[in-house]
Amino acid sequence: MPEPDPQGASLLRLAHVSKRFGGVQALDDIAFDVRPGEVLCLAGENGCGKSTLIKVISGVHRPEPGAVMEWEGRDISGLTPAEARALGIQVIWQDLALFPEMSVAENIAFERNLGARPRLVNRKAMRAEAAAVLARLDVDLPLSMPVGRLSIANRQLVAIARALVAEARLVFMDEPTASLSQRETDALIAIVHRLSAQGIAVVFVSHRLKEVLEICTRVTVLRDGRLVGTYPTAGMTQARLTELMTGASFNYAPRPEARPAAPLLELRGLTRHGEYHDIDLTVAPGEIVGLTGRLGSGRTELALSLFGMTRPDAGTILWQGQPLRMRHNRDAIRMGIAYMSEDRLSLGLVQPQSIADNTVVTVLDRVLGRLGLISPARKSALVRDWLTQLRVKIGQPTDAVSTLSGGNQQRVVLAKWLATAPKLLILDSPTVGVDVGARAGIFAIVDELARQGLAILLISDEAPEVFFNADRILHMREGRLIEEFIPARSTLAELEEAVHA
Amino acid sequence: MPEILRAVGATERWLMVVIAVICLGLSLATDTFLTLVNLFDLLNYSAVNLIFAAGLLVVLIAGGIDISFAAAASVVQYLAVTILMQIGGGNWAIGLLLAGLIGFGLGAINAALIHHFRLVSIVVTIATFNLFFGLLMFFTGGVSIYALPGWLSRRIILFEHETASGWAEITLPVLVMVVMLAATWFMLRRLNFGRQLFAMGDNPEGARRLGINLGAMHYLAYGWLGLCAGIAGLMQVHYAREVVPNALYGRELEVLAAVVLGGARLGGGRGTLLGAVLGLALVSITQNGLNLLGVSPFAFRMIVGLIILIAISMSSETLRGLTEGLRRRRIREAQS
Repeated sequence: MPEPDPQGASLLRLAHVSKRFGGVQALDDIAFDVRPGEVLCLAGENGCGKSTLIKVISGVHRPEPGAVMEWEGRDISGLTPAEARALGIQVIWQDLALFPEMSVAENIAFERNLGARPRLVNRKAMRAEAAAVLARLDVDLPLSMPVGRLSIANRQLVAIARALVAEARLVFMDEPTASLSQRETDALIAIVHRLSAQGIAVVFVSHRLKEVLEICTRVTVLRDGRLVGTYPTAGMTQARLTELMTGASFNYAPRPEARPAAPLLELRGLTRHGEYHDIDLTVAPGEIVGLTGRLGSGRTELALSLFGMTRPDAGTILWQGQPLRMRHNRDAIRMGIAYMSEDRLSLGLVQPQSIADNTVVTVLDRVLGRLGLISPARKSALVRDWLTQLRVKIGQPTDAVSTLSGGNQQRVVLAKWLATAPKLLILDSPTVGVDVGARAGIFAIVDELARQGLAILLISDEAPEVFFNADRILHMREGRLIEEFIPARSTLAELEEAVHA
Repeated sequence: MPEILRAVGATERWLMVVIAVICLGLSLATDTFLTLVNLFDLLNYSAVNLIFAAGLLVVLIAGGIDISFAAAASVVQYLAVTILMQIGGGNWAIGLLLAGLIGFGLGAINAALIHHFRLVSIVVTIATFNLFFGLLMFFTGGVSIYALPGWLSRRIILFEHETASGWAEITLPVLVMVVMLAATWFMLRRLNFGRQLFAMGDNPEGARRLGINLGAMHYLAYGWLGLCAGIAGLMQVHYAREVVPNALYGRELEVLAAVVLGGARLGGGRGTLLGAVLGLALVSITQNGLNLLGVSPFAFRMIVGLIILIAISMSSETLRGLTEGLRRRRIREAQS
């Protein structure tokens, strides 16, 4: 916990900041401080409250009463987004909040177009300003190109440049490296140091431990909405930081090496041009195969083909030894393949509908009664079965899915697919947005399903997640499988090294 | 490619080609199309729709949609003409001001419902479309007005020229249309408000985080369309020399299709005034040509519908999609 700060040496100081959303305590009595020009890391697992904290600091959310917020020693509680920007607090959101149809120059210098009074647009001045800021960052981007046509890394530079135009003094970067290659990440880190040298404080949000330790002087760790502490990075190790982020109980061991069984699914040279190439892969009943790689490595594209959503251009899919051709995903469901999508909030669930309706939507034909109408009795029996089996914490099955927490929503999606009695379950990033406690619960269920003989393909870009939960790990990069890891015979550090290299 | 064409988007270039082909065909197929009388009449008639199109473009760019503007224009016609007759006829300046104000007010109703109650724009404007039109029919009993102020019933002619086939005239609506298009262009391209509208349509959450006043932008977009609709309504009275309550019924979809044809994206953030004008020109010229060719008016809508479908499906992006599919198949065949 930071000391009281009478000299005003902090740029920003928070204390006793809490935030509740409905029944969820997103932040609980957080203390946080940033010094001028420093590079601070805000670390924690997904769902630990990092984003909520940023939203409080940038004025998007108002904390619960009793919070202390100070900027250079002055009280700034009751901050609005406009006031936060006026102070020089800039956030580079993970989704960047850029305007994809507009040019690079206009995105960077959009501040000039703001305001409630009519003003002429001065394109020349905007271009000049954008060019000057990009020069300050020492990067070169085509000023007239629409931002939507840039790579993710370059869009990020546009977002950083826009923050600088606005006279930033404190810049938050929310998971800026999530979809960057190592080279792009290095370039970004150089820019972070450049900002710091210009007296701009940077709060770098990440769960990539190596980065955290490399670029920051201090790290503030959050877990489950609570402050774990703020530590100097000197002398900190990755292992110690992992422990802080995930809790002392985090004491996983890799799964014991499994005996090979006859594969349920086998891919031979599967290719879809521009997405994935020459994929050889097997998954056996009872086996959990991890598939990892950076965002955009082709993992999700491969999963979509396995689920019959897209058709491969070449290669074969063998299902229990027989060639399998799927025209659409109904074929896949009929064969016993279930796919839990990455974006479960929008694709996996019908949020306003009830928990019960969401659970049975995949198996409507099995809850039909006489006359082919849905039988309420069969439906509620099926729903009750699955919700108990997966230990979903709910009020009523008739409540809307949107009332559930991330972890419980994930269980409803799982219930929905398990109700189809699948043989192969594809889990695409199953813990995105799920808090730490619930993650362990989900993987306990996954483990149990594997014991019952289900074949599981676990897709995740979080190396620890696949390392501790899979029997074998396949590493995908640029559409190709480049190596295989057996957790029981290697270390997490080796895997992380390989994935982030 | 010449410099001037490079600044023009692919959709606009494509529309220019299609329009040129249709014009060429009509010039050869009829001896009436390429006359000053016909072209000026086409311009006079299209002026009303072009003013509608300019307003609707603003709403589409801002990420919304509006079905109610033609019904709003009918309401404005009635109210404005009734008030003008009460004050002794007024003049064209008072008329335009009045029509613009009432139109803006009706647009503001849409903006208020959409922004403050967080309702979906298409649902709101379908409702206000019915509301405006229903109220109009209820209170007027469907009766037309023929007694108009003098300046409306006698056409204001800005330019005339006698040709072999009669007098070719350009009337007030054309000037008003040019002014409204210029004003819309100026707001969208040269004023910070226009850029904020583009930003809101492009990424509403991003716009909100930058501190753009989304409420004000809603009033601006729907109010601007209301203003355009009011003025267009008055100009339609000037053209038709009568106020008929259902004269503009169905115009909204015609204009919407033309503006979308011109490259405005349903969903916001993209669209050009040139595209909207060209989209509308394509539809108007086709209708005009069919008329001159003696095609049954019942077939008009069918043919116009077909042309819109063909033009949209042949647009550059669709072509790119098709070639991508073909490329994929070729690669697959080459490998197997």
